[in-house]
Formats: sequence, structure tokens, C-alpha cells
Amino acid sequence: MITLTDVAKSYNSEVSIGPVNLQLPAGGITALVGPNGAGKSTLLTMIGRLLGVDRGAIEVGGLDVSTTKSKDLAKIVSILRQENHYVTRLTVRQLVGFGRFPYSKGRLTLLDEEIISRYIDFLDLGGLEDRYLDQLSGGQRQRAYVAMVLCQETDYVLLDEPLNNLDMRHSVQMMQHLHQAARELGRTIIIVLHDINFACHYADRICAVKDGQIAEFGTPEEIMSDDLLSRVFETPVQCINGPRGRLACFY
Amino acid sequence: MQKKIRRPGTALRTPRVTQVRHGASAFPTSAAKRRYFTILLVMVVASAAFGFGLLAWNNPAPYGSSGFWRIAEMRTTNVIIMAVVAFCQAMATVSFQTVTNNRIITPSIMGFESLYVAIQTSTVYLLGAAGLIAFSGTPQFLFQISVMVTFALLLYGWLLSGKYGNMQVMLLVGIIIGGGLGSVSTFMQRLLSPSEFDLLSARLFGSVTNAEAGYLPIAIPLCLVAGAALWFNARRLNLVSLGRDSTVNLGLNHRFETIKVLFLVSILMAISTALVGPMTFLGFLVATLAYQFADTYDHRFVFPMAFFTGFVVLTGAYFVMNHVFYAQGVVGIIIELVGGSVFLYVILRKGRL
Amino acid sequence: MTPPRAAVSTTATRPEHRFKGRLFDWKLLLGVVGVAGLLMLSLTTGVYDVFGAGDGGQMFAITRIPRTIALVLAGAAMAMSGLVMQLLTQNRFVEPTTTGTTEWAGLGLLTVMIIFPTASIIGRMTGAVIAAFIGTMVFFLFLRRVSLRSSLIVPIVGIMLGAVVGSISTFIALQTDTLQNLGVWFAGSFTSVLRGQYELLWIVALIAVAVFLVADRLTVAGLGEDVATNVGLNYNRIMLLGTGLIAVATGVVTVVVGNLPFLGLIVPNIVSMFRGDDLRSNLPWVCLLGIAIVTVCDLIARTIIMPFEVPVSVILGIVGAVVFIFLLLRQRRRA
Repeated sequence: MITLTDVAKSYNSEVSIGPVNLQLPAGGITALVGPNGAGKSTLLTMIGRLLGVDRGAIEVGGLDVSTTKSKDLAKIVSILRQENHYVTRLTVRQLVGFGRFPYSKGRLTLLDEEIISRYIDFLDLGGLEDRYLDQLSGGQRQRAYVAMVLCQETDYVLLDEPLNNLDMRHSVQMMQHLHQAARELGRTIIIVLHDINFACHYADRICAVKDGQIAEFGTPEEIMSDDLLSRVFETPVQCINGPRGRLACFY
Repeated sequence: MQKKIRRPGTALRTPRVTQVRHGASAFPTSAAKRRYFTILLVMVVASAAFGFGLLAWNNPAPYGSSGFWRIAEMRTTNVIIMAVVAFCQAMATVSFQTVTNNRIITPSIMGFESLYVAIQTSTVYLLGAAGLIAFSGTPQFLFQISVMVTFALLLYGWLLSGKYGNMQVMLLVGIIIGGGLGSVSTFMQRLLSPSEFDLLSARLFGSVTNAEAGYLPIAIPLCLVAGAALWFNARRLNLVSLGRDSTVNLGLNHRFETIKVLFLVSILMAISTALVGPMTFLGFLVATLAYQFADTYDHRFVFPMAFFTGFVVLTGAYFVMNHVFYAQGVVGIIIELVGGSVFLYVILRKGRL
Repeated sequence: MTPPRAAVSTTATRPEHRFKGRLFDWKLLLGVVGVAGLLMLSLTTGVYDVFGAGDGGQMFAITRIPRTIALVLAGAAMAMSGLVMQLLTQNRFVEPTTTGTTEWAGLGLLTVMIIFPTASIIGRMTGAVIAAFIGTMVFFLFLRRVSLRSSLIVPIVGIMLGAVVGSISTFIALQTDTLQNLGVWFAGSFTSVLRGQYELLWIVALIAVAVFLVADRLTVAGLGEDVATNVGLNYNRIMLLGTGLIAVATGVVTVVVGNLPFLGLIVPNIVSMFRGDDLRSNLPWVCLLGIAIVTVCDLIARTIIMPFEVPVSVILGIVGAVVFIFLLLRQRRRA
């Protein structure tokens, strides 16, 4: 369970957060949606302790993120941000291997190598594992980053717009992998998404963020209503029944 | 796919029958590993050859005579100084580029050289020529280093801490402070008498050949301590090179790691500057070459490669200049020129900074 | 298709932007009066008693007036070229000293002095201007080829670039035994500005006028080739024009006066801090403040160790560094 109590942050003149009170239950996928500049990413980075809060407290799995030792938190929660540029050249396998750092402190054991292999296979990167990141396509690289945070084997995985810059096929693949990680590996995944239809289809819960506040929180069925979405996104949205669940139409 | 529902942590611990795959550590393939050790061997051999060449080549006394050894002994000091400088510059630049996440800058532009000049100049200015002569030797050397390290700690600590800590701002402020200190030094130099100025110029124009060998008994242990500390941090440095977000995500205190490494870097840079004076692009040249040669993210392999590369560059340059062009006075500047050209080439070729 | 025309029409369609700040108002008048006061002070400051001594009037005409005119021209020119660079790169921390342009000018000057030791001041100036032009082009080339994560990387690279060029100059100077001269040429100083030696500085007055005329186009070019082409401007031509303006200003000032560090950086930043970003109405202020800062620094340089002088570049280096750091820390708070 992730608990936010009276969390507030003035990030810059455009984005200020809170006060936010929120409880995200463990298990499944929770999608954070909302208009640009609403504060989704800021919330996520604060939960992942990459950004400090001005006021309030955040607990992940019962641990306060501002007081718990970072190395202990690294075994509980992992976060992947949108922009990832590394100055060093790394192969996929080396990158995923960094996910073991909280356990191995950089000395990889046979067991670590074993675990690394499993997550590489989990994201279908087996054939690419010795390729350098700069030799991969955007979709493959994104999978490698996700493999790294999964390899960290944390209960909570936070992902900031992992579908950014992915085409339709790669977006679907990525969501299927995450779905699988939540179901089969029992991870709790919190994900910032822009496409409400992806959120509706793959997420177990949707949290709509607007103006630094939690506007709505509920199951996809509860969230997918015409006036709720129209209000949150400030644009007319109509929800219809598609062949595989509800669809939001907003074109 | 047949995968059971597993709990994280215990999830994937079941050993598999298939062979364990490797490649997450320093080298992805054994060919890459062979390549590394071949290049390292070449560097070691070249180091030995140039080092020995500097000691023995063109020795006027016949080999084996007492005169031969006496001359070789004098030259040994120079070679040791080159080794110390190569060690300082290589370790410091690689570590500095890692924590700043930037492969085109060197720690020497961060105001160290200007601070060195400023300390020397203000010594003459405040104490006069007699003061400068009295204030020399080991205490002077230690004072110099401690002032430089304190300056670095204050600057880095101040700029990197707090809500607005920002690496780029720190770098730029460091460079600008360097420029400002340079102006202050020039100002004070204007006020010196000609004899004082002559004395000062001798101090400021450091080079490997007129470095103060008396500093070595302190410089070498200090170097080794700082170098060892960096070496034992190598695995953390590997992680820090991924940037702040990944470092924090994987459980390290990024700010603490950064300031710790910058502290060690400042010790190494202070030693190098106090020994032989400013060398802006040597570190850059050495680090850039070492990344190419080592081709790994792992600092435990980059560090040795960088050290030997630095030693080969220094000794090679001196050997060639001494015995081929008979122009040893310009070695430092030649290295700067080559380093500077490599710098130009690298920034124009790079797609992103 | 006439590109300049297109540019005029794009700006003319937004009159509210163009005439937001009036070019002349009472504040500007006050500024002019203040600067004039400083210049009067500059005219009357010096060791030689120009009013008492018999040949006072003559000395006044030979040294004081040229010096004061040089202050005006050099201050305005360097402030303007800093502004032009900032417009072209859309980066607030760029100016001739943080991009290596000054070092290139010095290298050009040195080269001419060595190849043609008897070269006239025009010859030296040509060398400096050409080298400054090449250097600025190299820097712009780098900016176009490299995508940057942070705008602060730009001055860092520029200063490193300057260090490379500086080391080349040092090498050449060392080989030709001109290291001492190099130091003298490079230290900006108005001491040697006498009648008969400074007149070339008037060239930079033309630069100031040119900047007034093309400022809008430079801004558009700074937004990138695509934007410039889209509004019908010839991007390459404007970049060449801008680079030429910078090179001429820097080259001439370097040859006649020497290095004036940070002036082009701090002046436009201070002006936009107080007046916002309305380019056209800021231009006279940039000129005025540039003159004012150079004059104040020159007065300090002249009086601080009277009867001797320190190079104004030393004073400007210290003052400029302090202001630059202040600006950086301020930006850090806002970023």
C-alpha cells in the first residue's frame, strides 16, 4: 500500500501539488491520468523519493520515503523516469544487471546473473542482451529500461509514461508485459499514462489528477463516464462500448 | 509461456538447468575482455619502455658504471613525478566526469589552477620575497593542498546542497570563480616589485622537469590514499555514472557520493597542480582515450587503463621531445595542444551533451 | 521572394509586441544624463593636471578625450555583441569570452604580428576580425550539431574552447618569444588609447547601428533554421551577418583596447532583469549600461593604485565574475 498524507509541493510557478491524501492499494496496475501539467509525474517522482516533498508524508509498503534509508527503499520501490540518457555505453544485459545493485552492491553473483537472465527473457530481450543500448530501437530500449526496474525485484514499480514515443504495437506489447508482471510476479505497478483507453483496458484502478489534486480515483468502470472525463480533461469526451470494454472517444 | 505466480524476492530463485548466462559485468563478451587485456598489456609494456627509455637513453656514462646509475637516479625522480601526475590526472578526471555526468569537462577548469596561482601570488604580495622563500617546502605544500581542498569542499558543498542544488550551475560557477581569481592574481601581480615578480614567475611556471622532488614523500602517500578510496568506490561510481535518478532509485545517496568523490578529486588535483602547475587538457585527453581503450562502464577497469594511458602519454611525449626533437621545454604545451584538438574533435562529433 | 521584407511584415503584424516599450522616455533620458556624468568624471580624472598645467589643453585633447570616446565605443560594442550572440543562440550565458571568440581574435592578432611584424593597425585588425569570425562559426557549428541537455553546457564548452585556442596562442608565443607581448595585448586597457591610435574604434559605432536595424531578424534566426525559413528568412545569411557583426566588434576592440571579459554577458542580462525582454526598447539601455560599466571599471582601474593603473580587464574580470555568479544562482532558483 502506498499512502500519501497531506502531501504538498510547489514545483515551479506552473505546477504546485496538493495537499494530496491518497491510498493506493497493493497489487495490480494503477494508472495516473490527467491533463498536461496536472502533476502526475511530480507525484510519481515524489513517491519514488527522487523529489522531496514540501509538506506531508509518503509511505510505501509501510516505510516513510523521506526517513527510510535509500538502500532499504531500493528493495521496496523502483522508479523509471521518462528521459534516460547515460554517458556510458552499456549493453542491455549490463543495464539490467544494474537492477541488482541494491542486493549485490555491484558484485554480481551467479544467482544475480540467473535473475538477470530471467527478466531479460521476461521482456523478450534474449536475442538482444549483448547489444549496446544505442544500437536498439526506441521500443527495445524502453523494454530494457523496464527490465532493469523489474530486475530490482521490488514490490512497487513506478513508471513515468513508459509508452511515450512507442508506436501502437510496442505500446500494446509493453502494457501486456506490465500486466503480466503484475499478475504473475505479484508486483504493484503505478504508471503514468496519457492514453485513457490504455488505462481503461490494462489498469485495475485509475487515478485522475488535475491541478495538483486527486480529481477522481476508482475502477476503470467508475472513471469511464462522459462527464467525469470531460471535466478532468476539459474537453468533450464520450464513452462507448467497444468490442473489448469501454472506449473513450474524444476526437 | 508457462510461468507460475511468484512473489518478488523469492520469485526467481529456482535454479535452472540451462547454463548460466554471463555478460552483465564489465565485459559483455570474452572477446571484449581479451581486447581490454591486450590493450592494457600494450600500455604496460609501452609504459615500461618509455620509462626505461627516459632513464637510460642517451646516458653519457657507459652502462653499468657508477656514473650511469647516478644519472639514472636523477632521471628517476622525473619519471616518478610523471607517474604521480599521470595517476592524479587520470583518476581525478575519470571520477570527475562520472559524478558530473559529463564527458567533455575536466576538473582543472574548476578554478584549481587559478587558485594555485592566487595562493602563490598572495603569498608574495602579503609576505614579500623573503616570505615566499621562507614559506616553502613541505609546510607550504601542505598548506597549498589544504586550502585548495577546503575551497573545493565549500564550493561543491554549497552549490550541490539545498533545494536548488544543480550540477551544471556548480560547474559554471567553478569556472567563473577560476576566471575571477585569475583577475585578482593579475591585479596583485601588478603591485609586485620586479624582483618579487621574477621569483613568483619561477614558481608559477611549473613543469615536470623542475618540480620540487622534496614534495614526493608527502604527495605519493596522499595520492595513494585518495586513489585507493576512489578504487574502493569504483562499484558505486559505476552506478553514479547512470545519473542522479538511477542512482537514487537503486539506493545510493547521490549527493553524498558526489561530494565524497569531488573531495577526493580535489585532493588529487591539488597535488598535481602543486607539483607541476596547470595542465588543462592532459586529464581530458587521458580520460577520453581510456574510455575508448577500455570500452566498459566498470571503473575498476577504466582506472588502470587511464593511469597507464596517462603515463604513456607523459613519458612518451617527454621521450620523443627529449631525444627526437630536442625540445623538452614545450612538452606541456604540446600535450595541451593535442588534448585541445581531441577536445574539439570530440565535441564536434558528439551528438548530445 | 525578398526575405527581409517578409521579416518586416511578420513583426509588423504584431504591433503590440513591437511598441510595447517606447524607445525613448524620461527614464532613458535620466540614464543618458547619468552616463554623461560618468564620462565627465572620466574626462577629469587622471594624474596629469590638465586644467592647471600650461599644456593641459593639449594633453586633454591627446589623452583624455580619446580615452573617453574609446570607453563609449568599446563598452557599447562589447555589450551589443554579447546581445547579438545571445539572440542568435537563445542562450543567456553566451558572449565573446564564454565562446572563445576573444581568444580567436587574440590568435589572429598574434599570427599577423608574427608573420608581418610591421603590419599596420588595419592589418592587425583584419587578422583579428577574420580569426574571430572563424572562431564564432566553429562555435555555432558546434551548437547546431549537438543537442544539449542544459543551456549551461554551452558556456562551459565555449570556455573550454577558448582554453584550447588560448593554449595554441601560448604555444606560438612561446616559440617566437612573444609571450610577454601576448600578455600586454591581451589585458584590456585604455591606458594606451591616444589620439591617432583609437580612431578605428569608430567602426564599431556602425555595428551598434546595424544591430538596431536587424535585431528582430537575429531573434528569429535564434529560434532555429526551421523557424527562420518558415517565416521566409534566409537563415544562413542572417547567421553570417550576425557572426560578422560579432567578429568585427570583438576584433576591433581586441586590437585597440584588449580583452573586456564578461561585459557582453552581464549587460544584457541586467537590462532584461530590470526591463523585461522587449528587445527593441532594451537596445539603447544595453548600450548605455555597457558604457557605464566600462567607464566605472576604468575609473577604478585608474585610481585604485594611483599614480599607476591596472588594466581595466582585471577590474572587469572581478566585477563580471561576481555579477555572473549572482545571475547563475538567481537562475538556479527559478529553474
